[in-house]
Amino acid sequence: MNNSRQQVLQLWLATGALDTNVTAWAFYDGTRGEGPPLPDGSPPYATGVEALEDGWRLIAVPGPLPADSQTGELHQGFTFERRIDMS
Amino acid sequence: MPATDHRLTTIEMARFVSQGYLRFDAVVPPELNAAALAVMPSVHERKSAAAVAGFTGHGPVGDRGDQAVSAARISECYPAPSPFGEFLRLPPIAGVIESLVGPDPSFDHDFVHHIAPGRSVGQHLHPDAIVDSTDPTFDIQLFWFPHEVEPGGGGTRFVPGTHIRRTTSAATAKYQHVAGEEEFAGPAGTVLVFHHGLWHCGQPNPGTVERWMYKVRLNPCVPQVRLWNLDDFDEVHNDHTDHTFATPRADSVAAQLRRMFPWEGTDSSRYDLVERIRLWRYVTGDESFDADYYLSRIERRAALLDA
Repeated sequence: MNNSRQQVLQLWLATGALDTNVTAWAFYDGTRGEGPPLPDGSPPYATGVEALEDGWRLIAVPGPLPADSQTGELHQGFTFERRIDMS
Repeated sequence: MPATDHRLTTIEMARFVSQGYLRFDAVVPPELNAAALAVMPSVHERKSAAAVAGFTGHGPVGDRGDQAVSAARISECYPAPSPFGEFLRLPPIAGVIESLVGPDPSFDHDFVHHIAPGRSVGQHLHPDAIVDSTDPTFDIQLFWFPHEVEPGGGGTRFVPGTHIRRTTSAATAKYQHVAGEEEFAGPAGTVLVFHHGLWHCGQPNPGTVERWMYKVRLNPCVPQVRLWNLDDFDEVHNDHTDHTFATPRADSVAAQLRRMFPWEGTDSSRYDLVERIRLWRYVTGDESFDADYYLSRIERRAALLDA
């Protein structure tokens, strides 16, 4: 039986570079609070690289930005995960 | 500080164009706050039941008990005695309304928002702008907090500057938190005035007291051009030489518009500034206005090449 659960962290960054500032974030916790929490702080990490340094694995990067959508949704959204062993 | 006739000053108007909202602390007197709080529970119950019935088909569908209907001028809404009518006719509120959407604008809708103590569920971030046109006209929404909301008390959360972004409720829902977001806290009688596109959400109520808020949306009936108090206009309405990398002013409209917000990416902030410039052009009728030379550079190109 698979006893691991996924935590997902989405970070939107100031540019397409992982070492730039976090502008927005979201956290989804498949462990229902039993896994490690995010660090205190708003944002929890200053940059995407800080998330990597804390053990998060990058699993998705933003695609190319349509030229006519600059002032729509926030861009440069990166998705990270970590697998938590619940056994 | 508003002008003596209660309309906005030019700098206040520029601040609204820049950040998408204005805030007026304790602008509603205590007796009017109390009068509103006395009727809010019954109004909330009736309007909520009617809304639920409309969505589900169960309940008092077609409740028309309001003294205000969509598309009526606000002078026709809530005749005295009514705390909501008195609120809309309060000189400082009427002055702000006139400055942004003109005299006697059209009533869109209102609602009494209630969050019970201990409620742990909040809304996702959203603009109230799902089906709006893409022209620069805008509605305003007034949020009246008739009682004090303490810091950390779960007051309305909002993200300054996001009104300029064209997005949808479903799209913004994915941002659980945005850098620079604010959570309302303030004294009784405080009013926030939002551009309809500003991202916001109701929050959980971690406290032990009922939380009430009145929200009303108004539509302009006139072009939203130079409706505020213009006494300071010539002094602060800059020309195209107000350029942050050349000869910037600190006291001008451009100084308000070029302010960056923490959620803006390095490059995207410039696109946002251009949209703020375009909105300022709309509210002033000055199609030559610019900040940091972004639009002048493009618009002067043909003339330069012909020279």
